Amino acid sequence: MRILTDWLRSYLPEFSVSDRQLADDLTLRGIAVEGVFDLGAHGSVFEMDITTNRVDAMNHYGIAREAATIYGLKLLPLDTTLPRAMPASQAFPVAIEEPKLCGRFTGRVLRNASITASRGIVADRFRLLEQKLISHAVDATNYVTLAMGHPTHAFDLDKLEGGIIVRRARKGEKLRTLDGIERTLDSDDLIIADEKKALGLAGVIGGWDTMITPETKNILVEAAWFDPATVRRSSKRHLVHTDASHRFERGADFNAPPVASALVSRIILEAGGHPQGDLVDVAIPDAAARTVHRARITFSLREAQRILGPAEDPQGITSSLAAKILTGLGCGVREHQPAPSSAPLRQDLDPSRAVLGVSSVTAADAAPDGIFEIALPSWRLDLEREIDLIEEIARVYGYNRFRNTLPAFSGSVVELAWAEKEAAIRRTMLALGWNEAISSTFCAAAEAALFAREPGSAVAMGNPLSEEAGMLRSSLLPGMLDMLALNISRDVESAALFEMGTAFSGSPERVEERPALAFGATGNAFDHRDAEFYDLKGTVSEVLGRFEARSLYFDRFPVDSGLMPAWLHPGRSARAVVEGATVGWFGQLHPAEAERRKIRQAVLLGEIWLDRLYRQDLRQPAVRDLSRFQPVRRDFSVLLPDRVLWSGIAASVEALAIPELQSFAPREVLRDPKGRLVPAGQYSLLLGVVFQSHERTLREEEVQAWSQQIVGALEDAGGKMRV
Amino acid sequence: MPDDGIPPLNGWSESELDRAFASVAKEVELSARSLNSPEEQEQFRLYWLGRKQGRLKAISDAWLKAAPPQAKKLIGQRFNTLKAEVEQRLERAAASSPGHEFDAETIDITLPGTRRKLGAEHPLIRTWHEIVGIFQRMGYSVGVGPEVETDYYNFESLNFPPGHPARDTQDTLVIAGQERKPLRDRLLMRTHTSPVQIRTMEQQPPPVRIVIPGKVHRNDAADATHSPIFHQVEGLCVDTNITFADLKGTLDHAMKELFGSSVRTRFFPSFFPFTEPSADVQISCPFCAGSGCRKCKHSGWIELLGCGMVDPTVFEFARLKQPAYDPKKISGFAFGMGIDRIAMMKYGIGDIGLLYSGDLRFLEQFA
Repeated sequence: MRILTDWLRSYLPEFSVSDRQLADDLTLRGIAVEGVFDLGAHGSVFEMDITTNRVDAMNHYGIAREAATIYGLKLLPLDTTLPRAMPASQAFPVAIEEPKLCGRFTGRVLRNASITASRGIVADRFRLLEQKLISHAVDATNYVTLAMGHPTHAFDLDKLEGGIIVRRARKGEKLRTLDGIERTLDSDDLIIADEKKALGLAGVIGGWDTMITPETKNILVEAAWFDPATVRRSSKRHLVHTDASHRFERGADFNAPPVASALVSRIILEAGGHPQGDLVDVAIPDAAARTVHRARITFSLREAQRILGPAEDPQGITSSLAAKILTGLGCGVREHQPAPSSAPLRQDLDPSRAVLGVSSVTAADAAPDGIFEIALPSWRLDLEREIDLIEEIARVYGYNRFRNTLPAFSGSVVELAWAEKEAAIRRTMLALGWNEAISSTFCAAAEAALFAREPGSAVAMGNPLSEEAGMLRSSLLPGMLDMLALNISRDVESAALFEMGTAFSGSPERVEERPALAFGATGNAFDHRDAEFYDLKGTVSEVLGRFEARSLYFDRFPVDSGLMPAWLHPGRSARAVVEGATVGWFGQLHPAEAERRKIRQAVLLGEIWLDRLYRQDLRQPAVRDLSRFQPVRRDFSVLLPDRVLWSGIAASVEALAIPELQSFAPREVLRDPKGRLVPAGQYSLLLGVVFQSHERTLREEEVQAWSQQIVGALEDAGGKMRV
Repeated sequence: MPDDGIPPLNGWSESELDRAFASVAKEVELSARSLNSPEEQEQFRLYWLGRKQGRLKAISDAWLKAAPPQAKKLIGQRFNTLKAEVEQRLERAAASSPGHEFDAETIDITLPGTRRKLGAEHPLIRTWHEIVGIFQRMGYSVGVGPEVETDYYNFESLNFPPGHPARDTQDTLVIAGQERKPLRDRLLMRTHTSPVQIRTMEQQPPPVRIVIPGKVHRNDAADATHSPIFHQVEGLCVDTNITFADLKGTLDHAMKELFGSSVRTRFFPSFFPFTEPSADVQISCPFCAGSGCRKCKHSGWIELLGCGMVDPTVFEFARLKQPAYDPKKISGFAFGMGIDRIAMMKYGIGDIGLLYSGDLRFLEQFA
């Protein structure tokens, strides 16, 4: 919204502050001036950003009122005088059929108007605001909205058939609106109609057929008050957001219609014509009770101090200051009287406030106990409670005039149960050279189905950002693959990424959120060779190794279990099982999936289900005794048939139960498909073994004997020792 | 005695031998003064120790030849000492200048070091921890809440009544299949971390001090500063006698910790349905110290967070489960800040989309 400072000044005769200063002072009080543009001799234009609760300040008069309050200045009343009305034989008929939806409707008939182009101050101000000029009658309604905020409408009276009826639309009823669009109405739409047809969508937009044209001679000026929620629903239903709907749906001033009607009529009549009859004003008492005649509320200075705390100025907010601020904003302020009868209202009727119908009182002197009864202005429907008044006082006083204090605290600090576990995993991944990334929360339906932990549990979005984001991610892997693919497409062919985040499953009834860790690597991510399955297995082992576990193993998915995920290479993937529960799966991306995504290099990826892993405690390091005696190392080179797995060899070596066997590990595995170094169908294994005792130096004979046992185990497994 | 540079010897007494050897030792010392380069050291070695023309050999040959048998031993001992002295000087000189005996093993130390790549923590997570840490040191616990929320927690209990225009400011992504449910039970992606305020108060009576970091979503078109996915840290402090001044002091302190002690804060009235009074907070630009630069759009100030005193209506909602939240007896403040925006500011990130791209060229810079 844009504001002309010259226009503001026209309401503030005593005003002398510069435009820049005004902009700062308004901004510090919540009427934000986002930009100031110098217009030379015409003052400045302010670009405003008014919060949605302050519909009263979305116009020049409202901002002038703020300025008057801030500086303690006089605010001129709006001039609502009109030429003498010609008598009417009967009042123009207005019927409100929906008193809950339309609280007030005023109509004024103007005769013999001549439609011209706007001139003078209206035209000048519209040009400065870069507002489109249409005709002086239409401009008049827009001008008044800018001036004091209340939307009005002008009908070509001669196009009306009978009086005004404010009613609900009939389902399917048609209305061509001012924007030229033929709309089909709903029975929830409130409309302005005559006896035959719909004339306009109440509070939103007028109708095409009754609009002002150059031929218009007689005009009906509408100024009304509509229920905010009704206007909002119609505006949303028909996807038409207008200046009028913006204001009505935020709560307009119930007292404003007669004033707005007069202001519009004055401008129209400047080009000729005269009013006929008095203003027809139909007001619904219930609506008035909810707006104008709201009960007074009690304001206590002590409560304000309890909420706001100390100010820099030791005097801070006094009761006279509070009363002055509230009065400036249009509140009626009187001292609290415990006895109900004996309270004479010290009512000095201030014409600048009276214009919009609320009587007010001059600032009360400091009430001894700092308690006031406050009458609320009709244009501030956002003020309803004591706290609202406390905010107004703090706002006008200035937030930055309060001290900066730190509260004392008696409670205790609690850490999340799994925060330390999450931190341990993140540290591990970072230390192993994985880079942390964050991907989208959403994925395509096919991806959600492919990567879900449980089939058929993916959750769809009702209004997705795009088709590719139609589902809540069932796993972090779709995002991981997207990120790896993006890196490859940008010639970053080596990458190791991980993400810790939430995976979703469930149904529209209940969505379950589970923490997960996803990781993906491609290219020479860790070393001078391509990343492979064992890099992932190593990482998974390190991560799982942070946790206490009585058992941990990796296996292939049982073929007949149906658990083998379709995205994993069947021969190069594994699941990790901790204490009997699957905690994740990992391996090489299935070549068919890689092909489908046009990824031409091997991608390794996997996911750990942290909801399950977090059931385990973090492992506490426990130190074992270090032996004083020398270890003895032995290497065994053996040829094995391909069918013999390491797990089998490890099991048979362990079965020997040699107490002094400290460790054994495969030091080299060599295969040669061409059969030159190793016969095809076999592989050579170099097994490294360490013996060590905690009690004594080992003797050659016993090492010899154990070595023989190991050779025996290897041979039993089908191995042939190489010399 | 014929002089070929051999010092004369006047007799074979020990004192005479001592004198003669001392003069040779003096000579050694003088000639050892400049032994910096390998060339000088080699010259020194040849002069004194050369197998054929070495001066030590010449002197010893000359003196020993003429010496009576009983003096030979005395001369021999003294020669050994002198020879050791010469050798020591050579060793010391070699040790203090680059040992050319390692020439073959010398490497080019100007080549780059072998760097084992560190994993990089995501800049957003890094900022997240930094902010959370500041509040933990001020006695705040850390909380969490679901990313998929009900309308009740995301809006209604935070004083966004159904059909309220304030809902328009938070374009919401909703879960499919909610139409038949009552509005309050409908599921949506939380648009802010504020729902955790109510969830926390429902579970715990005052006093409360909690920060809740998390992911939030809005139905926003993506551009350099907007992403449908972003992150916030929510804060809540409730106790008896918590004031607006406490809110100011707390956030002023937190911003000084985050951006340096010279940063100043200022508070502007704003509007959030769940706080009253509500404020926007600006910090003086930490890049130009408030004098105006590109990052603060030449204003000297940067708007960073929203906050306010907890609205009594919100306490009334919490009170449905925890009667202790009586707005007449307790008070509190809440604040929320965008982690993305702070991370972008701190690290000079120009496009929010980079945070969610997984682009390694970007991420690696934070290792």
